[in-house]
Amino acid sequence: MPILAKTGNEAMAEALRQINPDVVAAYPITPATEIAMIFAQFVADGDVDTEFVAVESEHSAMSATLGAAAAGVRAMTATSSQGLALMYEILPIVSALRLPIVMPEVNRALSGPINIHCDHSDTMAARDFGWIHIFSENAQEAYDNLLQAVRIAEDTRVRLPAMVTTDGFIISHCMEKIETIDDAKAKEYIGEFKAEYSLLDVDNPITVGSLDLQDYYFEHKYAVAEAMKASKDVIIEVGKDFGKKFGREYKLFEDYQLDDAEIVIVALGSTAGTAKAVVNDLRGKGIKAGLLKIRVFRPFPHVEIANALSKAKAVAVMDRSDSFSSAGGPVFTEIRSALFDSAAKPKLINYVYGLGGRDISKENIEGVYDELAVIAKTGKIKNLFNYLGVRGI
Amino acid sequence: MANLKEMAKQEERLTGGHRACAGCGIPIIVRQIMHSIKDPVVVGCATGCLEVVTTIYPYTAWKVPFLHNAFENSAATVSGMESAYRAMKKKGKINKEIKFLAFGGDGGTYDIGFQSLSGAMERGHDMLYVCYNNEAYMNTSVQRSGATPFGAHTTTAPAGKVKQGKEQFKKNLTEIMVAHEIPYVAQAAVGNWMDLTKKIEKAMTIKGPKYIGILQPCQLGWGYPMEMTVEIGKLAVDTCIWPLYEVEHGKYKLSYKPKEKKPITEWLKSQARFKHLLKPGNEKLVELIQANIDKHWNNLLLKCEGGVV
Repeated sequence: MPILAKTGNEAMAEALRQINPDVVAAYPITPATEIAMIFAQFVADGDVDTEFVAVESEHSAMSATLGAAAAGVRAMTATSSQGLALMYEILPIVSALRLPIVMPEVNRALSGPINIHCDHSDTMAARDFGWIHIFSENAQEAYDNLLQAVRIAEDTRVRLPAMVTTDGFIISHCMEKIETIDDAKAKEYIGEFKAEYSLLDVDNPITVGSLDLQDYYFEHKYAVAEAMKASKDVIIEVGKDFGKKFGREYKLFEDYQLDDAEIVIVALGSTAGTAKAVVNDLRGKGIKAGLLKIRVFRPFPHVEIANALSKAKAVAVMDRSDSFSSAGGPVFTEIRSALFDSAAKPKLINYVYGLGGRDISKENIEGVYDELAVIAKTGKIKNLFNYLGVRGI
Repeated sequence: MANLKEMAKQEERLTGGHRACAGCGIPIIVRQIMHSIKDPVVVGCATGCLEVVTTIYPYTAWKVPFLHNAFENSAATVSGMESAYRAMKKKGKINKEIKFLAFGGDGGTYDIGFQSLSGAMERGHDMLYVCYNNEAYMNTSVQRSGATPFGAHTTTAPAGKVKQGKEQFKKNLTEIMVAHEIPYVAQAAVGNWMDLTKKIEKAMTIKGPKYIGILQPCQLGWGYPMEMTVEIGKLAVDTCIWPLYEVEHGKYKLSYKPKEKKPITEWLKSQARFKHLLKPGNEKLVELIQANIDKHWNNLLLKCEGGVV
């Protein structure tokens, strides 16, 4: 198991090299550009067999990737923010055609105003397109998640596309120590791709992407919903197997000091790392603080999360994007909905934080736990919906 | 080249029973193209009339692999399929010679799919892009496009009390494709089957990106009797509003020169979309149209003679 110093982008590119897709079509966008750049060098150096298509937009990147996948090969792309937004139109077509495209996505704030730094607004806006969403806390997870995503997406019980995200700059550009898998073992783990159908099978021609009206569209969408439901067990299975093979097990979410926790933060991505440090400090002081780090946002593990949170007294859901609904961010509404049927449920509050890369410090998170401690003690919530770290409020 | 009798005996790769309007020019184009390609062919298609009338689930009129993705990305989607083919061939997983064909209407080609087309051509994918050009968005009820000619009535540039239809001349996409310096660019039209067949056959012998723009009369959007589609296509060529020519590796060649160039008024009076132009008071507009056609025709003749324009 080689130990390497890699940024998040380098770790993703390394996984891509080992996956060795048949086709990669990509377009530059900060902060994901490096993934395609590094990969293009792999192509130029003959380290992979991939046909690399340097397209003229992200819309064409996803379109060409779809075309390649429908032609029966393993096809990938990578993007971020505006690039993902340009792909939005094609994302639900990929899932409807049941093409297991896997895509690294570097979370970056959506314009406007234009900004290149991290928040989750780009992928949160893409949460209802029938893609599996897997978040990563660091470069190691980004690497591991990307490899697992191929196994998950291509599983015949699933056959759905998957995006694996990292936090822009915070993970994508920070160098960390990661443990990779030997090339031969990675190749064996990834395996050969066997398409469900191929448009290159000219002896058995099929029509793909038909006009699908009132009499069939609904059934085809239901099939996507069923596949998404089925993917949960596959994700668990793949995560366990990965642990057995490579020593790092993955679950739908990570429970950190959660068992006896009275005050809990729910977070995704790199913020979970900061929160862990705060939990350690608080535990040192005898405070029963815990963290639930969501790894898989689609499918949303509503039953498991509700169970895991039901014993807590007060929970803060951290949203690194806003729904502008005046009723909380996207993660909050999911969690609140998941807890609706629980007999026991904690007091729940929401924080929208870190938009456009606004830093989230240990002190910020300590403040959230302080607030949760007050709620746990008094049973009273001052503000249900909160904005953390914004000036002028 | 197969003659019509031989063609009639070939298996249809686009079968009947599809839902194209009576008199539609699109199936004529597609069938002639398919009859002119000997190798297996994989088709990609933009959203539009062709996709809508041939694929309503669970039926299909296609006897070749067919992929529809979205409106503006026929070229990009086919470029992905073609890349997959190259990857498979390189790995020895496929040995067959397969041709890649992308279709788009003028909306999906001149307008919304323009970037996707330009990118795919520039990247050099081995594919033929065919634009079936009916000079407006027919699938959504005749809205103006970049291919709609000056003065034509459409539902988004209608003729009215103070306006006389489209106020701009059409984009010359064929010349823009020539400017991409791809190995083969051509114009063809419904009603000249031998010309189209020859061009497709030639295109299939050329490696790299190819573009053919085919004028496709639309009885519904243009307003003429449905049995006149072929004649209208021929009239477009004889009035020089849509000359037949090809540009092979930058070299222009006129495919057909009318013995006598017909006046534009014959074209205008053949279709309801132009009828307001023939009303008294609009003579200047007709002169403008004629002058524009003459300019383009003379430029083309010069290019075909090897002259400098």
